[in-house]
Amino acid sequence: MSIEIKNISKSFGSFTALKDISLKIENGELISLLGPSGSGKTTLLRVIAGMESPDPNPDSQVLFFGEDVARKPVGDRKVGFVFQHYALFKHMSVFENIAFGLRVRPRSQRPAESAIRDKVHSLLNLIQLEGFGNRFPKQLSGGQRQRVALARALAIEPQVLLLDEPFGALDAKVRKGLRDWLRSLHDELNTTTILVTHDQEEALEVSDRVVVMNQARIEQVGAPDDVFHQPASEFVIDFLGNVNVFHGRVNQGQPVLENIQVGGSRESIPDGEKANVYVRPNDISIDRTPTGKSSMAAIVTRINRAGVHAKISLELSSKEEIRVDVSMEQLQELHLQLGDSVFVHPNKARVFVPDFTI
Amino acid sequence: MSNNARSKAMLPGFRLTMGYTLLYLSLIVLIPLSALFLKAATMDWNDFYETITSRRVVAAYRLTFGASLIAALINTVFGALVAWSIVRYRFPGRQLLDAIIDLPFAMPTAVSGIALMAIYAPTGLIGKHLLPYGIKTAISPLGIVIALTFIGLPFVVRTLQPALEELDGEAEQAAASLGANRWQTFWRIIVPSLMPSLLTGFTLAFARALGEYGSVIFVAGNIPMKTEIASLLIISKLDDADVPGAAAIAVVMLSATFLILLVVQGIQWWSQRMTGRA
Repeated sequence: MSIEIKNISKSFGSFTALKDISLKIENGELISLLGPSGSGKTTLLRVIAGMESPDPNPDSQVLFFGEDVARKPVGDRKVGFVFQHYALFKHMSVFENIAFGLRVRPRSQRPAESAIRDKVHSLLNLIQLEGFGNRFPKQLSGGQRQRVALARALAIEPQVLLLDEPFGALDAKVRKGLRDWLRSLHDELNTTTILVTHDQEEALEVSDRVVVMNQARIEQVGAPDDVFHQPASEFVIDFLGNVNVFHGRVNQGQPVLENIQVGGSRESIPDGEKANVYVRPNDISIDRTPTGKSSMAAIVTRINRAGVHAKISLELSSKEEIRVDVSMEQLQELHLQLGDSVFVHPNKARVFVPDFTI
Repeated sequence: MSNNARSKAMLPGFRLTMGYTLLYLSLIVLIPLSALFLKAATMDWNDFYETITSRRVVAAYRLTFGASLIAALINTVFGALVAWSIVRYRFPGRQLLDAIIDLPFAMPTAVSGIALMAIYAPTGLIGKHLLPYGIKTAISPLGIVIALTFIGLPFVVRTLQPALEELDGEAEQAAASLGANRWQTFWRIIVPSLMPSLLTGFTLAFARALGEYGSVIFVAGNIPMKTEIASLLIISKLDDADVPGAAAIAVVMLSATFLILLVVQGIQWWSQRMTGRA
């Protein structure tokens, strides 16, 4: 189902959670709302679900397939909502938890007992918990509970699946497994799924598109690829994480670090302006000897070989710490040791001049 | 979770604390109670049986247990409402109301009795308006129920408050998102979640009512066979220097109370086991 949000604002007292948000979500899409806590991502999800009502404004709309549902309560929107802390009904068995959405239907629409049983069993099958129907939530692990919560939401055959940090309370391995499972489930069921997360890796890995949010606004909407490689703002590149920041100054329209130019000329910017230069750890090369005028001297302070890449920490002569990822082969070739003096050279950088946002 | 404190105690001192617990329980609770049984045992079986089955005593038992049960049930319903309002809503005077709940706890029961009498007596503020309709709010079983409801209220409210505070709003939201209306959410989600606390609150209010003496004797009128509670009968036996007789009535009260508490504990244990919480 396609969902369109138009000019939605929401404030709680003096706190603004959403500021004039507009967003279109395509039918069958898996989209992530990514941002730090307090960025408004959960509030946006709850507005879509109908658990929060947006600030009154004649221009604001929440459209499900073109139909304005802004005044419809949560129960009438046919949304499957999954909470971070599962929110299972503790006094009910797994079976009854999943059957709940069917049992509370008005008598005329309620399926027969046998139909309910079939439905619940097929859902138990789907979440790979056959034979767990008689257990109670307390007797399940976190990952199992979240799967039950998902099955419970799916039982009402929702038009859209809303997940509020569904894997936030689980440990890393379970989280990764469930994430992949969610993606294949989404493809299988052909629903529209909105996933709220603060985990950039999760968002970039499972989503068709990522909505990066910050301070009640949308910073960028795009495919994971675009968001990662073409970040629209300093916030986005910073939040996606794992990046070196250099603080330089603009000289003759070019950002300069330690008298070294790092590319990206902007003539219109006056000299002396602060420039923040972002370089990802894998976009820096390490050499034993200076290579051209853009090399910076650095000292190796730490080498971490645990992983696909070796993670090298270095200290620049300006005392700034940087992180560089090199392949294991490169590490071998370089014969790097702690304390070695080397030269680093950024291959690709993104420059943001704070007062002249591009 | 295992209750085996000894095998994984973080702090030393199991022997000391357990020994103290047993000594304390013995001195304060078990020895006086067994003295009661010993006293009752000085009667022979026939006397004992006759004492506890005499019409006046049976009537007193029926009244005590009946009125206590009704009062505890009333308190469970309305105490739950009070606790709900205090926990869920923010209104001016909420904290004052919260403090007032404890008054029946803190007041000497005789004071409660006098206060209730001032209102519910045939000439009292409320009593005089109800009397023309044939409703006697004092010197009647109804008066006893009123007094027992008064003193039992804090038990239900105070037991439910923490449970209500802990009740997670998310479960209610989840129910709503699954299409449940408010009524269904209330009966299928909220009430079952509160059931253990409701049962505990009910039991405490009931137990308290069974033992109540001070406030009841003021409003009851103490007419034998009609408004005479078991505690009063025990006192009057003592006044007649019939200590074994008093002990006999007390033993039955004690056994019945213990049995009821045991059954309620059993229900709690069973329901927790059923939902995997034990």
